[in-house]
Amino acid sequence: MADGLRAYALIVGMWVRSTMAYRFSFVMMAVGNFLATALDFAAIAIIFGHTRVLGGFSLPETAFLYGTSGCALGLADLVLGSMDQLGQRVRDGTLDTLLVRPVPVFAQAAADRFALRRLGRISQSVLVLAWSLTALKAAWTPVDVLLVPVMLVSGAAIFSAVFVTGAAFQFWATDAAEVQNSFTYGGNALTQYPPTVFAKDLLRGATFVVPLAFVNWLPALHILRRADPLGLPGWLDFCSPLVAAAACAAAGLAWRAGLRAYRSTGS
Amino acid sequence: MRVYGAVALRGFRRYATYRVATLAGVFTNSVFGFILAYTFIALWTMRPHLGGYDLPHAVTYVWLGQAMLATTAIMGGGFEADLIERIRTGDVAIDLYRPADLQMWWLAADLGRAGFHLLGRGVLPMAVGALAFPLAWPGRPLTWGYFLVSVALGAVVSYAIRYLIALAAFWLLDGSGLTVLAMLSGTFFSGMLLPLSVFPGRLGTVARALPWSSLLQVPADIFLGRRSGGAVAAGLAFQAGWALALLGAGRLVQAAATRKVVVQGG
Repeated sequence: MADGLRAYALIVGMWVRSTMAYRFSFVMMAVGNFLATALDFAAIAIIFGHTRVLGGFSLPETAFLYGTSGCALGLADLVLGSMDQLGQRVRDGTLDTLLVRPVPVFAQAAADRFALRRLGRISQSVLVLAWSLTALKAAWTPVDVLLVPVMLVSGAAIFSAVFVTGAAFQFWATDAAEVQNSFTYGGNALTQYPPTVFAKDLLRGATFVVPLAFVNWLPALHILRRADPLGLPGWLDFCSPLVAAAACAAAGLAWRAGLRAYRSTGS
Repeated sequence: MRVYGAVALRGFRRYATYRVATLAGVFTNSVFGFILAYTFIALWTMRPHLGGYDLPHAVTYVWLGQAMLATTAIMGGGFEADLIERIRTGDVAIDLYRPADLQMWWLAADLGRAGFHLLGRGVLPMAVGALAFPLAWPGRPLTWGYFLVSVALGAVVSYAIRYLIALAAFWLLDGSGLTVLAMLSGTFFSGMLLPLSVFPGRLGTVARALPWSSLLQVPADIFLGRRSGGAVAAGLAFQAGWALALLGAGRLVQAAATRKVVVQGG
């Protein structure tokens, strides 16, 4: 574990140095990364230019969901986002190089092509989240205040589990990298809107199959004092850390199974 | 001319080879289709007839967007990464002394790709959308014809924009910054996030006049019957005008670039 973390930090440092060799390109890409998600929020702002509430949620409330979901995904994307390239490595056989090095494969795959530009997405989400916190008229109790960092960390862990499971899936389906976009970026698009907007079946899927509802919806419903559209018991609002731990454990098993099933293409 | 037909066919077959990747793309298009459709339903329930669309029109618009995302390469992707790489490595010199025109060659390849994506990644998401929601279909067969012409013109406009971006690599060598910029403009100004008719005031006016509206907004409005009669002709003329202007600009830049090209090494 300590070995893996050390290797991860070393490889990340290497990629950051390599990125900084083309400083102008890096700035352009980071700004682009910032703008990409800023335009998503512009679309939400245009929607709220036409209506005061969407699914019963106001703009600051939706911005709170947007900011928490964006920060959680942004963190996972920064730390593990390059894992969706794994299929490429399986396809062209370069995964073998990772296997013969005396460093855990997981650390190498996670740090591969580490992209510091993804700070752009995180900073945009942080700005929206900060604005929503000043604009929300919530009655903040100490529990609510504590719940915000807890949901950000748990949310990042849940999205990380999704990234890893998706990468593990690519050991079998090397061309299916896009499927995991539905759950990572798609999950982000889903949880940045109020849950009341969506059909009940979709909500059930996002709660019990891929636990995206625990990223921000359930804790946020508690903070915003909103009724759960699925009518789930209130204690579930506090279960994000447990769900995140379970999701990470499941993802770890999937990764092991995938790595064991790997057959080199050979040459 | 025959060579371009052959290139287009190879472009079609190149993308048709990766069946799992196509299915994965269809799956992702469908997931995003569901998410967007529900947000549009929430908005149009609050504001019926917003932007001149009824609720079924708005939902159909979402699925048209998912069906055309790959076809008109709204978020980029396609030939430009290959061409930029060939410019960076100098392989483009080989392309330039081929007895075929560089712009037409890649246009043929990209139209082949677009043709495959219309079938492979357009039909299935639309079918998924039709199973889950009541969609608004064109009443007359002629509308389908106009729609297909409009999609083809949209693919040409999209190609012409991306060709210009790729040629910038002759000067910049690293095309990644501009590619990102093009992806953002494509996503926002094509109407992929929200129909351009919903954009407020001057932003809406400008967005509807920019070339990116050819990629989704114009074909979708023809499909939905929001453009009919003379407005169809005006929409197609708008697309054809942008296609010619941008292809012309591409020729000028290509001429300037080929005068400047220096093959390294050798």
